[in-house]
Amino acid sequence: MPVVMDADRMGRSLARIAHEIVERNRGVEELALVGIRTRGVPLARRLARAVKDINDHDVPTGALDITLYRDDLMRHAVGPQPLIRRTEIPFSIDDKRILLVDDVLYTGRTIRAALDALIDFGRPKAIQLVVLVDRGHRELPIKADYVGKNVPTSRLQSVQVRLAEIDGRDEVEIQDA
Amino acid sequence: MKKDLLGIADLTREDIYLILDTAEAMREIGLRPIKKVPTLRGKTVVNLFYEPSTRTRTSFEIAEKRLSADTLNIAVAASSVLKGETLVDTALNIEAMAPDVIVLRHASSGACHLLSRICRSRVINAGDGMHEHPTQALLDAFTIREHKKRIEHLKVAIVGDLLHSRVLRSNVLLLTGLGADVWVSGPATLMPAGIERFGVRTSTSVDEAVADADVIMMLRIQQERMHGVFFPSLREYFNTFGMTAARIARAKPDVIIMHPGPMNRGVEIASDVADGPFSVILEQVANGVAVRMAVLYLLAGGAEGD
Repeated sequence: MPVVMDADRMGRSLARIAHEIVERNRGVEELALVGIRTRGVPLARRLARAVKDINDHDVPTGALDITLYRDDLMRHAVGPQPLIRRTEIPFSIDDKRILLVDDVLYTGRTIRAALDALIDFGRPKAIQLVVLVDRGHRELPIKADYVGKNVPTSRLQSVQVRLAEIDGRDEVEIQDA
Repeated sequence: MKKDLLGIADLTREDIYLILDTAEAMREIGLRPIKKVPTLRGKTVVNLFYEPSTRTRTSFEIAEKRLSADTLNIAVAASSVLKGETLVDTALNIEAMAPDVIVLRHASSGACHLLSRICRSRVINAGDGMHEHPTQALLDAFTIREHKKRIEHLKVAIVGDLLHSRVLRSNVLLLTGLGADVWVSGPATLMPAGIERFGVRTSTSVDEAVADADVIMMLRIQQERMHGVFFPSLREYFNTFGMTAARIARAKPDVIIMHPGPMNRGVEIASDVADGPFSVILEQVANGVAVRMAVLYLLAGGAEGD
């Protein structure tokens, strides 16, 4: 199955996004990164390091678990509930510019849930969306502000993002059903 | 997980760890400015309490509300039970209004199992007679794990009115199941016959039971359940079995002191111990909400059907 992004390409995409973030948010003092579990969290940490490399500023970074906000929780076929992990946002999001980070943007429902979850933590000045891969097929009016790579897919395919922190290597692969 | 939570006896080791891990995530919700998530929106939970309760009922209600369930409380003192309605009839009438979960506290052991057989709703045991009180044992385990980072091979001394205690039964099943070294101690008159078969060590000497203990769990003297005389006087009980600073000194230096509440100060526990540096009694109460949220989510958070 085709690997559409290797480690080198992923590193360059994240570096470019970090530059775009700095450019678009003149003054990074108000910025904070929030990664959506699971793979949004290491991506957010990498972006925080990349931003620090550019202007030596530490961007606070948190982790968000959106399971309790999912709209399909009650609709799943019978089976065990998804495991909930801890949400860790060790800073106030009030009046911050939040960069919400996820690996794949698909239907937009995860982002919808994440927006609901974030807003329960306070009133950010703005929320921007960062994704490594946008694979299309949106079901909600949601659009990413920063995209690593647009990958045209069919609904039958699945997009596997692997990250060194979790999976031992960096790559994005498209798999046919 | 099964349809209902009737007792620790029904849970596997994996179920217990799943509940404790889920509770870790739930606890964070209580620290937020908005202490609510939409997970159980549209679900109805009935808290049916046939015995007085402050902690457990409040804890369940807060847990339900933090998950956005609609909750209602039936306190038997103000219900048709006083007009002679049986538990089964009351339950069937509540069932007819289609709740999703019934949380039951009842003075008779096995009341929850009866309800479980006749109800489509999920049933959570909030204490049945002298049988089990599973959410208490789970929150105790959560509190122990938080302080000690493990349960295996800890020495846990459970001291007090063993005979009448559902907290004891649930805790013994849970703690021995997870590999703790459990000692129980109390007057011989309050020692359940054959309790050794549950894999615990027994002693009528509190000093022996608490020696080098990692955890000391006190149980309330349940005078309302005592029909007969089990010890000469409360004062003598305190002198022989009460937890005092001198007795705690025999335990490990980082021992934690637990009590499921309500406490009888000066009977099973000295006030300076209850309020002292080793006491985690109020942490238990705080953790109870997170543990009950976890149980409610795991039982009622998914799709219908089994």
